[in-house]
Amino acid sequence: MGIAGTVDPPPGRERARPLRPRRKTWRRALRRDWQLYSLAVLPVVFFVVFRYLPMIGNVIAFRRYVPGGSLFGEKWVGLRYFRMFMGDPEFWHVFGNTMILGGVTLLFTFPLPIVLALLLNEVRSAKLKRFVQSVSYLPHFLSIVVVAGLIMQLLSVNGAVNQGLRAVGHAPIPFLQQPEWFRTIYVSSEVWQGLGWGTILYLAALTTIDHQLYEQARIDGANRWRQTWHVTLPGIRPMMVTLLVLNIGTFMAVGFEKILLLYNPLTYSTADVIPTYLYRVGVVSGSFSYGAAIGLFESVIGLILVVAANQISRRAVGTGLW
Amino acid sequence: METGRGYRVFQIINALILTGVVIVTLYPFVNIVAQSFSSESSITSGHVNLLPRGFNLTTYKTVMSDSAFWENYRNTVVYTVLATGVSMVLTTCYAYVLSKKHLKGRKVLIAIALFTMFFNGGLIPNYVLVSDLGLRNSVWAIVLPNAISVFNLLVMKSFFENLPAELEEAAAVDGLSTYGILGRIVLPLSKAVLATMVLFYAVSFWNSWFSAFLYMDRSSLFPVTVYLRNLIAGASGGADQSAASDTALQIASNIQAVTIVLTVLPILVIYPFVQRYFVKGVMLGAVKG
Repeated sequence: MGIAGTVDPPPGRERARPLRPRRKTWRRALRRDWQLYSLAVLPVVFFVVFRYLPMIGNVIAFRRYVPGGSLFGEKWVGLRYFRMFMGDPEFWHVFGNTMILGGVTLLFTFPLPIVLALLLNEVRSAKLKRFVQSVSYLPHFLSIVVVAGLIMQLLSVNGAVNQGLRAVGHAPIPFLQQPEWFRTIYVSSEVWQGLGWGTILYLAALTTIDHQLYEQARIDGANRWRQTWHVTLPGIRPMMVTLLVLNIGTFMAVGFEKILLLYNPLTYSTADVIPTYLYRVGVVSGSFSYGAAIGLFESVIGLILVVAANQISRRAVGTGLW
Repeated sequence: METGRGYRVFQIINALILTGVVIVTLYPFVNIVAQSFSSESSITSGHVNLLPRGFNLTTYKTVMSDSAFWENYRNTVVYTVLATGVSMVLTTCYAYVLSKKHLKGRKVLIAIALFTMFFNGGLIPNYVLVSDLGLRNSVWAIVLPNAISVFNLLVMKSFFENLPAELEEAAAVDGLSTYGILGRIVLPLSKAVLATMVLFYAVSFWNSWFSAFLYMDRSSLFPVTVYLRNLIAGASGGADQSAASDTALQIASNIQAVTIVLTVLPILVIYPFVQRYFVKGVMLGAVKG
């Protein structure tokens, strides 16, 4: 075990140990592994400054922040900003939108990769399988700006989709100006971009299933469908649970950047979600404390959702993320 | 293998579905490339589909002779290289430390990173912090807040954990320090995972736009993604009140198409060669995570 050189202390001095075991072992660990600890210094500074400091910075949700003033605000105002958004009809509107958009997205982006992974698993030609996979992963590597650009080009009045509509004698639809289309557009683009990539983890899990289980099922007279139902699906269940818990946790943080790029005041009624509202209130209009209060509310709900989902999955199927 | 009739029918339907997935995935790309080579008039009359109409290269010349486009393109390259470098150094160091099972306090160090996957400070405190640190209008606003991706960290950690410990012990006996072991033994053995991580980081920085959009006010500092964003925001009907939208309102759709193509081009070119590494990297993180 001893990697970094120093020899363990000679035996026979054991009696001194119970006195102050904690400090002593820490001192020993530091002396032995100081080089390892030194490698951790900068990364820890990164986490403290850019991850934990903003968490503490959320106190400005309880304090009045003055631009240019202290990072942590100037004066305690208690729950003022929380009461403000609780009574803000605009907030409840975006809250509803967030739930709907997040829910519908989860409804499609969670099961579809499982279906595709199962279909890919049945492909017998390895070459064909690899080709389909490579193509379907591709959209995952695009910038959200590019995806938004592609969507706008496809859905513009002269775009490919409206060409198709015209071909069947339908009048062109200005998709991006109509609030009733926004959810469809958003969810389909999420599916387009994430479907293939979402299969990777399931395909990895599929390769770990013991082949003897299939043999046995076949001997027992199970057909292909029953083999899938009784062997394949239980085999990838831990992966399904893990991804579901993670998805539920990020449920409220719906694709903020994509919505910011795709929405406009005409579609706010269905497209505006908590993060975009927060961006407009906090960054654009400079109400930092109000924005921080909304953001804190959102993060806490996210955390509660992850913990709850994990609890439920541990009770229901016996596995969870932790 | 089954040869039952039902299974053969299934195989045919399956092939059809997968073909459909491939077509739907590729169609937007083919369409945008076709538009980029077409004349503006054939796009606005709705004739461009899979093949260019009114084939011409003038739009490419227009975009490529725009000095702002090249400036922003160069910014993207510089930002990507710098940010990837910083991220790699920090992630490698931390992952190596976390992979040492005997290390006292290791659990705490892991928890520090893991907790940030489930809870974060949120947009406003981050915005205030970056502004107060004086990082606005500097590349550090892009590099520093995103320096370590916890997912990448975990992938590297599990890779290091699987390296044979005997090698490192032997090196320690031979008198190498921890730094020496990391530099001369571990890193040379980890080329595969290092390459994967470089790709992960490079792609994410190449694609990012929001930090630059948030923290940079001067157009000479924009990455090309913000350039593109301003084009499409301007074209979405003047709904956005950003400074760029007035000029961008008249931006023709073929210019947008060309800009999109040029922005994705590097990724499309390297993608076929590197995607199997990505897949390996993700699977490594998944199975061992």
